[in-house]
Amino acid sequence: MKYVDEYRDAESVRLLSEKINSIITRNWNVMEICGGQTHTILKYRIEELLPPQITLIHGPGCPVCVTPIEMIDKAILLALRPDIILVSYGDMLRVPGSNSDLLEAKSKGGNVKMIYSPLDAIKIAEQNPDKKIVFFAVGFETTAPANAFTIFEAERRGLKNYFMLCSHVLVPPAIEILLKSEKNSINGILTAGHVCTVMGYEEYIPLAEKYKTPMVVTGFEPVDILSGLLMVIYQLENGNCFVENQYGRAVRKEGNIHSKKIISDVFEITDRKWRGIGLIPQSGLKIKSKYSHYDAEIVFNIDTTGFDESDICIAGEILQGLKKPGDCPAFRKECTPEIPLGAPMVSAEGACSAYYRYTK
Amino acid sequence: MNANENYQGAVCPIPKIEYDKILMAHGGGGTLTHQLIKKIFISQFGNEVLNVLHDSAILKVESKRLAFTTDSYVVNPVFFPGGNIGELAVYGTINDLVMAGAEPLFLSVSFILEEGFLIEDLWQIVVSMKNASQKGNVKIVTGDTKVVDNGKADKIFINTSGIGIIPEGVDIGPQNAKPGDLIILNGRIAEHGIAILSAREGIEFESEIISDLAPLNSLVSLMLNESKNIHVLRDPTRGGLASTLNEIAAQSNIGIRIYEDKIPIAGNVKAACEIFGLDPLYIANEGKLVAFIDPADAEKVLNQMHAHELGMEASIIGEVTKNNPKTVVMKTAIGTNRIIDMISGEQLPRIC
Repeated sequence: MKYVDEYRDAESVRLLSEKINSIITRNWNVMEICGGQTHTILKYRIEELLPPQITLIHGPGCPVCVTPIEMIDKAILLALRPDIILVSYGDMLRVPGSNSDLLEAKSKGGNVKMIYSPLDAIKIAEQNPDKKIVFFAVGFETTAPANAFTIFEAERRGLKNYFMLCSHVLVPPAIEILLKSEKNSINGILTAGHVCTVMGYEEYIPLAEKYKTPMVVTGFEPVDILSGLLMVIYQLENGNCFVENQYGRAVRKEGNIHSKKIISDVFEITDRKWRGIGLIPQSGLKIKSKYSHYDAEIVFNIDTTGFDESDICIAGEILQGLKKPGDCPAFRKECTPEIPLGAPMVSAEGACSAYYRYTK
Repeated sequence: MNANENYQGAVCPIPKIEYDKILMAHGGGGTLTHQLIKKIFISQFGNEVLNVLHDSAILKVESKRLAFTTDSYVVNPVFFPGGNIGELAVYGTINDLVMAGAEPLFLSVSFILEEGFLIEDLWQIVVSMKNASQKGNVKIVTGDTKVVDNGKADKIFINTSGIGIIPEGVDIGPQNAKPGDLIILNGRIAEHGIAILSAREGIEFESEIISDLAPLNSLVSLMLNESKNIHVLRDPTRGGLASTLNEIAAQSNIGIRIYEDKIPIAGNVKAACEIFGLDPLYIANEGKLVAFIDPADAEKVLNQMHAHELGMEASIIGEVTKNNPKTVVMKTAIGTNRIIDMISGEQLPRIC
């Protein structure tokens, strides 16, 4: 299959692995930001191909994982209301809230529908005029344009029963928090290719300079990851710290102008709590006040006081790259994909689920 | 004292299960399904026949061995590219019998119909079931019909049970895999699940993805004629190839090694999996089998399979190992070693 097979090619992988091994002279810690990259690394056991001097640190790039617990509690409460259909991407359904998750809400009679495309939420709203449809919009910059577009569509189609529970987050402020931290041990970064497809990589240039950390915009296939690593290691070995683009087949420096405009038309930047990390200033998107009649948090009065995190789960430290899933006492014991204690065990982009599935 | 307390002595305590309600994933063919079967069903029904957890029960009746199986079908949509719920119900049960090495003979068919379901659709389903039973060389000999109120079922559910006879000398079971056995797969994976998903989501590809739904009896009888050293047969339906191999690894207490580049998959199915973010190893098949065969016989069985329309792309995808018992490891296309776990959760509900 074009654009896939050549990036999973055994010979290219072998050559890249040899090249990395031949240029490395010191120990380096490299963080891959995106959970999609973490899964490729674990699924293809990329670490088998790397020299022992490279330590890969898994980053916070799993939108499902960082969605705050009170948002999940809100979604569950909304789903249980008889007048509401809550629509969500599949990954959110099993993420634990304080006492329950959306799948359990569904089995208790809550109306929860899984969708693949945000426009399906609009379709469901049109097909169910007597119900209120709440779309649980989570994600990074990658999904923000399509999610924002639903508000345009609702407006265009005159839908009065479409609402959004918005918990969007932005990557660069989270990277800065990690690099600023006293515990920071990251030498180089593979940034998330899909986020940069939308946003471009201009925002990363001042970060790379300020924190003397090379950053490479990287794709998601084994050849992408190894090329990205080669570029980062080459910079580190030569004392450089600029932004490079490995994922040129999808990413332009300025990003996707049209998508960026849709985002800025519908959303505005806000402070946002990240599950496991805490409040990060200017790190989220919220619905602009001119569209507040679509904002489920404003339209529905949802009280979720007293939310409660599992006290065993170390998702926060995992999301910050401070610990690995195997360091958690609950991993593979109390915490499994069937009974997850934390979101990283659920999501297709969560580090714990990657370790659970691809290691033993 | 109320009536319940009076009878407490006769009631078994409810086993500890992580969920207090049934979730869709309890029907997914993965970890939760296995928990439900073990903790709720086997704990109460368990006996030496059931506990084998074969695709069919094997019953000794005088000098003969009968295979007996049952399955319910709730697929949504009822009509899908490559078949419908009726054909699926006939072929699915035939295949469960065949996986025990049996020659399928008789089927029962029970319908649960939702009030308002179109007679025309029912007719089309029944005609295709007749054709399927002829193609699969079985007779439908008993049946039942129930109708429930509108909204209490989704259009049509079908249960089929089947009986077959296991020929002498055939001994096939999920606990029989032996180190050194070679693993044969008869063709391209993941077509049924993706066909259903595309139909349900209204997603079209350049070339339509069609379910691989087919009866496997004539292919298997060719294989059994060629070799008496077929140890395990299984059709990788719900949970896909990955879950089936994990079940066999666990039941035979052996390790399994497979090779990613040996597993056939169509380009459009692979593309669809990429788009949906699904792993084809976990997607259901309805006309596929894996066979664990003594290495001395593998080549000649493979040659026979290549001559059959359902085995033209059959290939050896891996082998049984002594090390890593109960574990499936796949050599990836880039040469690294990936552990293939059993499916967890529910990838695609109601695919059969």
